[in-house]
Amino acid sequence: MKIEEKLALNKFDIDREVHITLEEAKCQGCDLTPCLYACPAECYVLRESHVTFSYEGCLECGSCRIACPKDAIRWVYPRGGFGICYQYG
Amino acid sequence: MEKFDAIVVGAGPAGCAAAYTMARAGVKVLVFERGKYAGAKNMWGGAFFGPLMHELFPDFWKEAPVERFINRHVISFLTPDDSLALDFKTAHFAHPPYNGFITLRAKFDRWLAGKVEQAGVLVATALEVDDLLLQDSKVKGVKVGKEEFPADVVVVAEGANSLLPLKAGLRKEFSPQDMKQGVKEVIRLPQKTIEERFQLQGEEGVAMEFVGSCTRGLPGGGFLYTNKDSLSLGIVVQLEALLKHQVKTLDLIEGFKNHPTIREYIRDGQTVEYSAHLIPVSGLKMMPRLFADGMLVTGDAAALVLGTGLILEGANLAMASGIAAGQTVVQAREKGDFSPAALQHYEDLLKEQFVLKDLHTFREAPQFLENERIYQAYPQMACEMARKIFENDGKPRPKTYQIMKGGLQGKLSLWDLFSDAWKARRAI
Repeated sequence: MKIEEKLALNKFDIDREVHITLEEAKCQGCDLTPCLYACPAECYVLRESHVTFSYEGCLECGSCRIACPKDAIRWVYPRGGFGICYQYG
Repeated sequence: MEKFDAIVVGAGPAGCAAAYTMARAGVKVLVFERGKYAGAKNMWGGAFFGPLMHELFPDFWKEAPVERFINRHVISFLTPDDSLALDFKTAHFAHPPYNGFITLRAKFDRWLAGKVEQAGVLVATALEVDDLLLQDSKVKGVKVGKEEFPADVVVVAEGANSLLPLKAGLRKEFSPQDMKQGVKEVIRLPQKTIEERFQLQGEEGVAMEFVGSCTRGLPGGGFLYTNKDSLSLGIVVQLEALLKHQVKTLDLIEGFKNHPTIREYIRDGQTVEYSAHLIPVSGLKMMPRLFADGMLVTGDAAALVLGTGLILEGANLAMASGIAAGQTVVQAREKGDFSPAALQHYEDLLKEQFVLKDLHTFREAPQFLENERIYQAYPQMACEMARKIFENDGKPRPKTYQIMKGGLQGKLSLWDLFSDAWKARRAI
């Protein structure tokens, strides 16, 4: 099962406000890119040697924030009521 | 703004236990929950122990959305082709007050928060606490967006990914070594199929844990719990190991689902949800300061999780810490003193009870459980020995002792074996 199919099963109320941003200056030149392996929803993707991020499928686990060695991830929770909304949990 | 005596951040087991304890003693409590409803942001494997829930809500299983009680525990070693299980079933766990239960958070937490509301607590959902309200380094309430909510004391029950204690300087950043990442799929199957496939009668349920190839030998394991008409199937792995070996839990759970043993359990099932969460696993090593002026930290936010290798338990400790925090606030309010000296009572209570006693007893377990031999060499060795014992290849049979000696070769030295046994004796 691909991640897109899995995330499509989940209920999200996606906020227009982005809750995670990458500081590109810090992010560029990172060879390790642990964010790619930390994120269980594959929100981080490597495109032509730099990491791009989309917040829509974020499960709000916080792994990327702890994994980033460059302190390049500005992480806050989505506004109340937005984001992942588990039906089972 | 109306002033509350206490504000609780997070309506999970810790926050609800704290709020309920306070409300019953006449404390005016406001709970903030960032999910649309309590449980909307929460996930766990699914198995939890009942005694503290029973203490707060006697006979809770009669009305709470419990999927099944657990009277059977299975621990299995896995290689890509084999599984070798220890299967424990007991009549002792099959009658009230039971021992463990399987639940789904979105349903269970919602019920729990409802009970707390009935006790007179205001549970405000879909509101994210952004910051603490500080005055001369004393916590005086919380900020939600631009609005300020004053209170005498704030109980932090934000869960594993807790940011308020970090902002308040009660802890440093956690490291990937301190965390395990759990991912789970809820897989729907007809109730009858589940009961037949797992040999369950009525409300009986089974909790299965797996060690070995399901994590590709990385520290962690797989789990499978039977709900009423679905299965909770997942993988838990230390975050640092994932990063170091460039492995994704996403790929591990797919591999797990395709293991010959697991594949049969979930056959014809339909995945209905995919979830992920962090688990703080370094115990006392990572525990933040548990209190500050006007503030208490509980549950996963305080890293109160016990892992012994055979069990990984958080909810029970979360509830115990919530109750202790609640009792501490009740006492502090009587004296009108929310200073660190008064709130020290919270830590004293946890030390008297099982929470900090257990974390102390098993303080060396987190490091012991990082030993990759537990997840690689031992499962492989055990499965290979079992295969050789049962295999008939038409050749003369070696003695069992020789099979065992052969199983060790190339995987483990006798020194490894003795040293691991010695460390296990000390740590777990």
